[in-house]
Amino acid sequence: MPVILIISILAFLLLSLLPGDPAMIIAGDQASPAAIEQVRRQLGLDRSFLEQLGIWLFNLARGNFGSSLILNQSVLSAVGERLPVTLSLAALSIGFTIPVGVFLGSLAAYFRRTWIDSAVMTVALLGVSIPAFWIAILGVILFSVQLGWVPSSGFAPISQGVGRWFASMALPALILSLFQIGFLARMTRSAMLDVLSQDYIRTARAKGLSEWRTVGKHALRNALILIITATGILLSAAIGGSVIIEQVFALPGIGRMVVQAIMARDYPLVQGTMLILGFTFVMINLIVDILYTLADPRVRHD
Amino acid sequence: MAVPLLSIRNLTVQFRVDTGWVTAIDDVSLDVGTGDCVGVVGESGSGKSVTALSVLQLHDRVTTRMPSGSILYQGDDLLRAKGSTMRRIRGSEIAMIFQDPMSSLNPVLTVADQISETLRQHQGLTGAAARKRVIELLGLVRIPDAARRADDYPHRLSGGMRQRVMIAMAIACKPRLLIADEPTTALDVTIQAQILELLRDLRRELSMSVMLISHDLGVIAEFAQRVVVMYAGRVVEDAPVTQLFRRPVHPYTMGLIAAVPALDSDAPRLTTIAGRIPGPQEIIPGCRFSPRCALVLQGCREEPPSMQMVSDGQSARCPPRIQVLDVRHV
Repeated sequence: MPVILIISILAFLLLSLLPGDPAMIIAGDQASPAAIEQVRRQLGLDRSFLEQLGIWLFNLARGNFGSSLILNQSVLSAVGERLPVTLSLAALSIGFTIPVGVFLGSLAAYFRRTWIDSAVMTVALLGVSIPAFWIAILGVILFSVQLGWVPSSGFAPISQGVGRWFASMALPALILSLFQIGFLARMTRSAMLDVLSQDYIRTARAKGLSEWRTVGKHALRNALILIITATGILLSAAIGGSVIIEQVFALPGIGRMVVQAIMARDYPLVQGTMLILGFTFVMINLIVDILYTLADPRVRHD
Repeated sequence: MAVPLLSIRNLTVQFRVDTGWVTAIDDVSLDVGTGDCVGVVGESGSGKSVTALSVLQLHDRVTTRMPSGSILYQGDDLLRAKGSTMRRIRGSEIAMIFQDPMSSLNPVLTVADQISETLRQHQGLTGAAARKRVIELLGLVRIPDAARRADDYPHRLSGGMRQRVMIAMAIACKPRLLIADEPTTALDVTIQAQILELLRDLRRELSMSVMLISHDLGVIAEFAQRVVVMYAGRVVEDAPVTQLFRRPVHPYTMGLIAAVPALDSDAPRLTTIAGRIPGPQEIIPGCRFSPRCALVLQGCREEPPSMQMVSDGQSARCPPRIQVLDVRHV
């Protein structure tokens, strides 16, 4: 809870510190000083700084996030409409990332210092280094323009059918996951390298277990602790990274909306979005902590 | 003479380092007969653990090679065995327990998981049957309240308890040979005695052969029938235990025995062997013990000595001493 309070104050402060007068922008270029003044009063911007903060927190406590200045709807419903798009994009990309990243990382660790290791690490390095917007454009050219497999942009909600939804999300999610796969493969590799040199791996081999069981069960179960941490970081990063991807693919998600809101100085919308995203990150971390106790009996209290 | 259960012949093991390959053990031969208990003794770095791990080929495959020698198990060379054959032997024919019970158990799996894995692998035992056998095994290694302990994770057990779990795991499939690599080194003295007692009893009950690795001559004297002394990657003496203590041949063995503190001695300083064991990368011409040897002769630094028979069942890698002893005994 304290974290959420701090996030809410920070969200408020960040925008108050930005240059530019929202009342002037909203009222338009040709507005008279009186009109600007009226907008300012409407938004409560004529009050003192502390009063504004107090009102903001008081409203938040009642679940009132205010109304968007540009969208003509409440912040909560604007975010509520778009959050599922962003979250499903992030979830789908994580869904690609975990199996591929963990597999590649384990492979590299098992065959350390061989050409397999080098090949995997090179791919991983490319994954984290190539800018997402560039590979996104190349992806559109290849899969949409040349091959025509998926639409080049736009979004089909899941209510129009899982197939159409998947077609509209697959390419953006895949591109978003390239960075993540690179990151996760490297994390998995170093975690597995550490685990594979442990005594209990030797014990597992001494029992006559196959290499597959030794690595897949004994080693991976122990590396899982680090992999869960990495995945938590990735999920947060994926939500952040979706800003660019949503722009490129014209997906109606949070990222695209917040960019528009910042451009238009839509204070309530930006603040509300930041707060809700902050809350989402807190929840992700909470889930990661809960998963820890499942993965590692040593942190369990009983 | 019958084929020994395990016969290591002229085994050389090399590890990869930045500059190439270094020889960790060189030309090591030793036999473990059926029902025998053979102790392998030596300082840290003498190559005894390397030898033990070689039997089940538990070294890192990327950084280890065995350019020569053979490891015959019931006459078959394990170094030439297929992977699947090796896996069948590991844990069921030959089992192993390790030095550090703290790190040798998987921290995220329960005791029952880890023991029943062996049972499933080699005996196809699963479910309730496996669990029954796990509890039976935990009782056999004298863990109190076995049914409850079975569901514990290793971190809830003491060091001695963990080593008992390791032993339960090792004897689960009634192996013919148990390799115990410093099984008591990481434990308290009182627990050491209990674990040795347990191993001794189990050995009799299951009629296992045991290869016991230790740096502790006291443990070896109590436990083993034969002793193999290793120094700097080579076997320097191989003798029945009573013979070894009554008439050690190699100066290194003599030094080791002299270094065991006697309870009734008032000596203000403990006896030691001067110097230290050379690393595998150090090149020492002739006998590798010669720089530390009190009885060193000129020839020792030139020609690497070979293993020679001293008397029935005793051999050593020190021709000058053997000559001296021969003269006296004739």
